Amino acid sequence: MTVTISGRLSISSVRSFLADTKTLFDTASPSALTVDVTDLKSIDSAGALAMLELEERARKASLPVSYTGMSHEVRSVMDLIDRKALAHPPIHPEKTVSSFFEGVGEGCVDLYRDFVAVMTFLGDLIITLGRSFAHPRSVRWSEVTFYMKKAGIEALPIVGLISVLIGLIIAFMSSLQLKQFGANMYVAALVGISIVKELGPMMTAIIVAGRSGSAFAAEIGTMMVNEEVDALVTMGFNPIQFLAVPKVMAAMVVVPLLTLYAMMFGILGGLVVGVTGLDLTLYTYLNQTFENIHLRDLITSLVKSGVFAALIAGIGCQRGFQVSGGAEAVGEATTSAVVSAIFLIVAADSAFAVVLHYL
Amino acid sequence: MEYNNREPVIVVENLLAAYDENVILRDVSFRVARGELLAIVGGSGCGKSTLLKYMIGLYRARRGRVVINGVDIMSADEDILNQQRLGIGVLFQSNALIGSMTLAENISLPLKEHTDLEPEFISRIVRMKLGMVHLAGYENHQPSELSGGMKKRAGFARAMAMDPTILFFDEPSAGLDPVTAAELYELIQSMNRDMRTTIIIVTHDLNLVFAVADRVIMLDAEKQGIIAEGSPLALREWEDDHRVYDFFNRRKTRHP
Ligand SMILES: Nc1ncnc2c1ncn2[C@@H]1O[C@H](COP(=O)(O)OP(=O)(O)OP(=O)(O)O)[C@@H](O)[C@H]1O
Ligand SMILES: [Mg+2]
Repeated sequence: MTVTISGRLSISSVRSFLADTKTLFDTASPSALTVDVTDLKSIDSAGALAMLELEERARKASLPVSYTGMSHEVRSVMDLIDRKALAHPPIHPEKTVSSFFEGVGEGCVDLYRDFVAVMTFLGDLIITLGRSFAHPRSVRWSEVTFYMKKAGIEALPIVGLISVLIGLIIAFMSSLQLKQFGANMYVAALVGISIVKELGPMMTAIIVAGRSGSAFAAEIGTMMVNEEVDALVTMGFNPIQFLAVPKVMAAMVVVPLLTLYAMMFGILGGLVVGVTGLDLTLYTYLNQTFENIHLRDLITSLVKSGVFAALIAGIGCQRGFQVSGGAEAVGEATTSAVVSAIFLIVAADSAFAVVLHYL
Repeated sequence: MEYNNREPVIVVENLLAAYDENVILRDVSFRVARGELLAIVGGSGCGKSTLLKYMIGLYRARRGRVVINGVDIMSADEDILNQQRLGIGVLFQSNALIGSMTLAENISLPLKEHTDLEPEFISRIVRMKLGMVHLAGYENHQPSELSGGMKKRAGFARAMAMDPTILFFDEPSAGLDPVTAAELYELIQSMNRDMRTTIIIVTHDLNLVFAVADRVIMLDAEKQGIIAEGSPLALREWEDDHRVYDFFNRRKTRHP
């Protein structure tokens, strides 16, 4: 049997060619196959692969194949295909979908490794921070101010806005209930206490994690990918000292200040509702607020937000240093920096709640 | 020149280079004499850059030793390692310029950290180094504002910043036009001959190898190690292994 291929066999026409070959082998059962390519004008690599496919099928049906009229060009294109490469198995085995239990097991192992990595890094960070305080000249202060501006001043609008809204919402929602008992007065205390003790530090920390924790991870991650961190090491710098310490220091200064600012705006939000909607005077509202906020609460909140800051900046840097490979790893690192930071914030907040209860 | 009897600056012994379980090189041993210019060549992906990173102590080997100036950098602690690093300059394959800093800041980084020179003198050094790689006037450019070849030269200038006694270059001539490349060869040669710097070059640029190298080590991915070692001319005449012969005579490997 003779098959004639003519014209141009290219990536746009191989589909019908492959379909034709399939029907050929399904319908006819020839004893030998001759492929006439005298009129085959041109061929591209997809076309050549399709011809190989034809050969392959014939070989499976144990048919001898021969070509007639193969031009020099077609032969050269066919020779470009490395037949061994087509059959070469991937060097990295394909990731197989593991069973549920395997998945859980692997997850646990990964979690444990991650925990060890984070703890090791935090240990290194604390040692390096301590050394920095002992030798203030080794700190890159210009970087510290740079990150204070980035993480602090530039966050002012969003932190202010969100805090006002939260103050408004708490005051409004609680007033709906308290009004029924004529207890409007207590709205001020409720807003003040909840903002100062919990929401101020927590919301600020979450905003900073989203804005700056992710940025730290992305920055250091990109430097890892570009071998910049390797270059720093070979120039005799300690990457933690050089890259992480300024960020952590800046965050630890700026986040408590931001928290203070968030508290003021939160109380302001409550005040707007109190004065406009609940017939409280400005004086009564503020008086009620300040009577119920204790200095001790304020100070513990600021300490707490300093700890949050260290966690956010620390985990951001750690996720950055963990990057290996390419740009996609940087994306993963930023996501992971924010998620882990929020988890750590909540965990630390719970720890503070328990400890402060017994103090 | 004959280097065999001179004292070795770098000794690599039975080194195993691997990424996790993925072994790249095994049982690699060689020495580099003081003042020697050694080229490490081999096909793409055979582990040249990996070997270089082991030699500068970025990775710790599970097996084998790397000794620089008599210090085993695989077991040395961080302080001793940093001491050694002051005498080492490295040009990475990706240049590794710090993206957030200008060229001047990049080059002056090690000078400011490790010397007590006056800032004015440091900026003179920066100018001098930029001039050596024909980048005069580019002090205040960010790396992102430069072309690929310019970045390569800036990385080169930074590697030389501290006037190190050992220089490592990973593909120094990649992405350079023929004229700039020829100038770079001269610069490398002058650093080696006149300043007596020990230089290790990773490259697949045969022009560079023939122009400057005293000795060549050829790595191979299949063998996961050294398949030939000798002068450039000796490797061009290498008859024992067709891979070596083909590489140095720019031929396609014949599949037997
Ligand atoms: N970070 C890494 N993680 C895992 N494997 C890596 C990593 N870097 C390189 N490899 C692997 O190590 C091998 C050697 O890579 P290396 O970069 O040393 O090659 P090379 O000889 O420098 O090649 P080229 O001439 O293309 O620069 C490659 O097979 C590569 O897949
Ligand atoms: Mg390389």
